[in-house]
Amino acid sequence: MNMIVTPASPATPNGTNSMPNGTTRPQVRIVIVGHVDHGKSTLVGRLLHETGSLPDGKLEMLKAVSARRGMPFEWSFLLDALQTERDQGITIDTTQIRFRTNSRDIVLIDAPGHAEFLRNMITGASQADGAVLIIDALEGVRDQTRRHGYLLHLLGVKQVAVVVNKMDRVDFSADRFKEISDEISAHLNGLGVTPTAVIPISARDGDGVAERTDRIGWYKGSTVVEALDQLEPARPLEALALRLPVQAIYKFDDRRIVAGRIESGSLIAGDEIVIMPAGKIAKIKTVESWPVTPVAGRQGAGRSVGITLDRELFIERGDIIAHAAAAPRETRRLRARIFWLHDKPLAKGDQLLVRCGPKETRATVVAIEKAVDPGELESRENKAIGRNHVGEIDISLSNSIAADPYTENPRTGRLVIEVSGRIAGGGLVLSVDAGQRAVPVDIVPVESALRPDERSARYQHNGAVVWLTGLPASGKSTLAKALERRLFTNGGSPILLDGDTVRAGLNSDLGFSAADRSENIRRLAEVATHLARNGHIAIVAAVSPAREDRTTARRIADTAFREIHVATPADICEERDPKGHYKKARAGALASFTGIGNDYEKPEAAELVIDTSTRTVAEAADEIEQMLKATGVLFDEVVDLAANI
Amino acid sequence: MHLLKDNSGADGRDSQAPVYRQIPVKLTAPSMDHLDQLEAQSIYIFREAFARLKKIALLWSLGKDSNVMIWLARKAFFGRLPFPALHVDTGKKFPEMYRFRDHYGKEWELDLRVEPCPPIDAVDPTLPPAARSAARKTEGLKMALGKYGFDGLIAGIRRDEEATRAKERVFSPRGLEGNWDVRDQPPEFWDHFNASPPQGAHLRIHPILHWTEADIWAYTKRENIPIIPLYLAKDGKRYRSLGDQDITNPVASTATNIDEILIELEQTKVPERAGRALDHETEDAFERLRVAGYL
Repeated sequence: MNMIVTPASPATPNGTNSMPNGTTRPQVRIVIVGHVDHGKSTLVGRLLHETGSLPDGKLEMLKAVSARRGMPFEWSFLLDALQTERDQGITIDTTQIRFRTNSRDIVLIDAPGHAEFLRNMITGASQADGAVLIIDALEGVRDQTRRHGYLLHLLGVKQVAVVVNKMDRVDFSADRFKEISDEISAHLNGLGVTPTAVIPISARDGDGVAERTDRIGWYKGSTVVEALDQLEPARPLEALALRLPVQAIYKFDDRRIVAGRIESGSLIAGDEIVIMPAGKIAKIKTVESWPVTPVAGRQGAGRSVGITLDRELFIERGDIIAHAAAAPRETRRLRARIFWLHDKPLAKGDQLLVRCGPKETRATVVAIEKAVDPGELESRENKAIGRNHVGEIDISLSNSIAADPYTENPRTGRLVIEVSGRIAGGGLVLSVDAGQRAVPVDIVPVESALRPDERSARYQHNGAVVWLTGLPASGKSTLAKALERRLFTNGGSPILLDGDTVRAGLNSDLGFSAADRSENIRRLAEVATHLARNGHIAIVAAVSPAREDRTTARRIADTAFREIHVATPADICEERDPKGHYKKARAGALASFTGIGNDYEKPEAAELVIDTSTRTVAEAADEIEQMLKATGVLFDEVVDLAANI
Repeated sequence: MHLLKDNSGADGRDSQAPVYRQIPVKLTAPSMDHLDQLEAQSIYIFREAFARLKKIALLWSLGKDSNVMIWLARKAFFGRLPFPALHVDTGKKFPEMYRFRDHYGKEWELDLRVEPCPPIDAVDPTLPPAARSAARKTEGLKMALGKYGFDGLIAGIRRDEEATRAKERVFSPRGLEGNWDVRDQPPEFWDHFNASPPQGAHLRIHPILHWTEADIWAYTKRENIPIIPLYLAKDGKRYRSLGDQDITNPVASTATNIDEILIELEQTKVPERAGRALDHETEDAFERLRVAGYL
């Protein structure tokens, strides 16, 4: 904030800041947490004063403001920079303040103690390398003290110093201090957290903050400033296995760059990698950068990088790139320990959106256990996880993802949960159920003996996936067959993939649930894409009512995808009804039939929209042909085969 | 240092060509320094914004922070800015700033959109004079939002420059009127961002929220990013922060290059925005502006 102007020094190598005298100083981010009114803001104000971090005149100015308002000066005013805060008398959000101890640059992230603002405490504490848990000596350990202790564990903050504040209110009693110290140490130990120090202080008067005063003469441990000086900064996770979650694939020029941040491990051009969860193998061709590219040398955890691969593979946002020998697990089922921030409790059967790094997938809560309020002493187990409570959940994912348990990788072993587009909770992945199918890391795709240009020279077209979507009886199959005939006549290589036909064989294991429909579309898209990559024009005719499924198909086929919306009006489709499906559905004999409800989601950006009720089949085929020419699938000058005979 | 000098030649370039940092060839992973860490984090944020939002733009104020931001975006996207750079123009910037915009807008191949602000009469008359003047920018921004329908605006604010900005999230939702509800901000942790603005509303994205003023200068120097000469001392004064001509004042300084600026920052206890009149009119003027959608 503006009043604290002891800035971080200009940087030098080794992740540290240089001092004018040439020594180096690690930067450590800390958070001060604890029950509301136990004295966080006062401690921060006092720390700034004791470390000489206050701007000239700030203290005097605030004292004057206090006098004007007829209030005694409080150290906490330093932080309550917002008008609203002073009005409510509570700190409401994360504020970042910088100051220095002997050997550390401290970035202090203030986190509110009021239960209303737990989401802000989490926002602050999740960025911290260490924490100070503050307890009022008079009030002792309270619910929010316990809750914050639990959350530090869930957030992965391992360095925790405890301060027992307001010792002046208990006459600096060593007995009272020991009582509180024992209670909080037991609580934290139970969570696997060992406090680095437990310190008696009076933030208001200064005892124990920077000095061991006579009043706490019985205490021989470190002061708050000394404890902060001993905190270790976060270390990048270079020693762990490589995890590069894919943020995006860029094709700004002739390079196809896979971009992401290395969460752990390291990589170098030439490495053989595996793309999870699909298990596809490739080699890193180059590590791209700007303004100098490519870059040589090994890239370690923490770096945002871009790599190119030695082969064209379908990769999407959320995939994880790893080394084949130490790949994450592919799974559709996870167990996680989470905290919950949403107003509505999380219950078994709830549908969620789960994010693991950039990967996003829908999920269902299969089971809930150990749902408790971490603030309570006696934890009663609930069936649902209430707001600001914690619990363990089993979740079933609608798409398979690559994940690690947090004990193996703290970066990829955590997830967040979103409800209605807003983050509602998060936590640690306890275990990954990889039982669904073996991880196919040893699959090595065999590349075709033919080059793409050899095929396109013969067929006079590039490979493509022509995807016809529309209501049942809208004319998809009729159009598909007409197009197939026309392309074949012109010397091309069309292949028809009719939804119903594929369901009879390859997809005969699938039903009509939303999940099965998605899988049906995914398989169609994979097969069609394989054909397109090998120079054929795959013509897919499938109702494919869900926009999300078609988006998946487009992602898989990528630039080869051409979507055609066969937009024949619904009443005409129902009138045609060549297979008698509409009649059966109206009679209630065909469950989950698309057409008579509102369950068909129209494409928003199809390459072509055709209404078959207002044109002939030949006219419609002409339009498709024109579109394929205009979008670079069919070559403009169709070779007249007859002329060459 | 890379300067666009006010007395420079036709192309406005410093005669010295930029010298890019050589990346050493090493077999072990070179450890990251403080600036590397900041850079990697900012690139991550840029890529998240580009992946998760439909239509974004970068707010280019022409100042040191937004120039660093453009540089970081070009690192994230391998040399280009794959979305527009929006300059909400009060018409009252320094001539050096307009020259800088016109020159680097071309050189960096930006998709530059210059949007004018409405006249002062159109702005809340109850605000103090400088705040009222700054609020024109908020109005100009709202007009640009309506015109282009952006769902994300990338802004170069930093936590360390102003108390209310310290409260910000990296992905910060705005209401339908562009307003900021500081009391109801969604949680944000582990680099997971809330990127689903309600229909018609937009998000502010803050890729350099975690940088300090000193970081900005150290990085500008390391990467040889061009700056406007007003930041350097002339006749004992320099600008630490650049806004409209009539509401921005220089501070006393002898720093004539970035190294000297960094030394000065080590020693000063004067806030960065001390020269910005609008910050000092009433205790809550800045917060009122921000709640209404000001940067």
